[in-house]
Amino acid sequence: MARRYDGRTTTFSPEGRLYQVEYAMEAISHAGTSLGILSKDGIVLAAEKKIISKLLDSDKKAEKMYKLDGHIACSVAGITADANILIQYARLAAQRYHFQYQEPIPVENLVKMLCDTKQGYTQFGGQRPFGVSLLYAGWDPYFGFQLYHSDPSGNYGGWKATAIGANFQGAQSILKQDWRDDLTIQEASLLAIKVMSKTMDSTSLSPEKLEFAVIKKEGDQVIYTVLDEKDVEKLLKEADIKISQEEQEGN
Amino acid sequence: MSDCVIGIVGKDYVLLAADATAAFSIILMKDNEDKILKLDDNKLLAASGEAGDRVQFTEYIQKNLSLYKFRNDRALSTHGAAHFLRGELATALRKNPYQVNMLLAGYDKEIGGSLYYVDYLASMQKVPFGAHGYGSYFVWSILDKYAHLDMDLDEGIDVLNKCIAEVQKRLLLSTPRFIVKVVDKNGTREVSLDNSERAKIQQDKMDA
Repeated sequence: MARRYDGRTTTFSPEGRLYQVEYAMEAISHAGTSLGILSKDGIVLAAEKKIISKLLDSDKKAEKMYKLDGHIACSVAGITADANILIQYARLAAQRYHFQYQEPIPVENLVKMLCDTKQGYTQFGGQRPFGVSLLYAGWDPYFGFQLYHSDPSGNYGGWKATAIGANFQGAQSILKQDWRDDLTIQEASLLAIKVMSKTMDSTSLSPEKLEFAVIKKEGDQVIYTVLDEKDVEKLLKEADIKISQEEQEGN
Repeated sequence: MSDCVIGIVGKDYVLLAADATAAFSIILMKDNEDKILKLDDNKLLAASGEAGDRVQFTEYIQKNLSLYKFRNDRALSTHGAAHFLRGELATALRKNPYQVNMLLAGYDKEIGGSLYYVDYLASMQKVPFGAHGYGSYFVWSILDKYAHLDMDLDEGIDVLNKCIAEVQKRLLLSTPRFIVKVVDKNGTREVSLDNSERAKIQQDKMDA
């Protein structure tokens, strides 16, 4: 009888908890780390690639970064297959908004719409909640660059820098220490590598273990770029120098 | 078609004028009908057309913009509102069309004042000035000659006075009263046309 309250997604336990939602969050905290850092001139998204095999035949630069609209991208942690459903919905919602109002959807509107869907699975039921957390990075004329995080319960919040997935607490505490409001994209990228190198299981970082994406502005244009391995390698080298410098100063 | 609405974009404001007559058959039912609806703090919608359709459609738009504001903690831009309005009209056009012609005026912080011309067939255009109804045939040329985007409010009202004077002089149907509203950075408000000024223009024309 131990599993009386976790069979259905919509049943509260006597302590007032929704186990299925908590299990979904647990699933996410085992997934590869994803992090986002807001800087004054853009947003950096970084993620850990868990499966690296020489035999894996993929021409994609990133498997966890998705462009949702011209001005919004997201990074996922959790069950990627679940994420695909949400991403499909987000893209549709963004285009519907564009069609109705002939202007790009404000970032928070899109986040809200996705969270309404996710919340539905904690109340109206279905098989199970979505096993994904998302980091949304985007720009709109109302609030400029924005970074949001949403979880399977349908909660969301805006962040200056945050991390999801394996060891996210560790990542968040480093971010809390090192984040400044005058960071540039370059500095934010180096910070992302520092956090990744300290929170990932593997001892040494390599470009094939990382995914990097940047949202920035050139004039009126919002630009989303996924970095290729060469650029990530360059960043890794620079971060290496910076980290060893910091350590020397510390000593 | 006997009703007349006029809109002019000036320097950091948009003026809307609409006649205040409510006609039924050959009867003048009312001469203080307000055809300029306040959509939100910085948007006005002037509409002409079938009385029932006019009120039904403009209020539907007003309430939907209000719902948007509740949901998103922010009012829709004038651009967004114009396209939303046009979309709703276009959807209705092939089902239960509304016989309304509209001028949407709004003020956005970054963009300034803007005016959108929408007719009952759901065509829409962003314009520096515009007019609907039989009155518009007399008004267009006056606006073309006198209206420009950097007029101050007094100049704008002068141009509007010229338009209204012409409509009242030459249009067979009488439109004795006009209601005029303005939208600018301070929001929306009604402005009074200086009657003596209008009388003077009319008198000058008579003399000429």
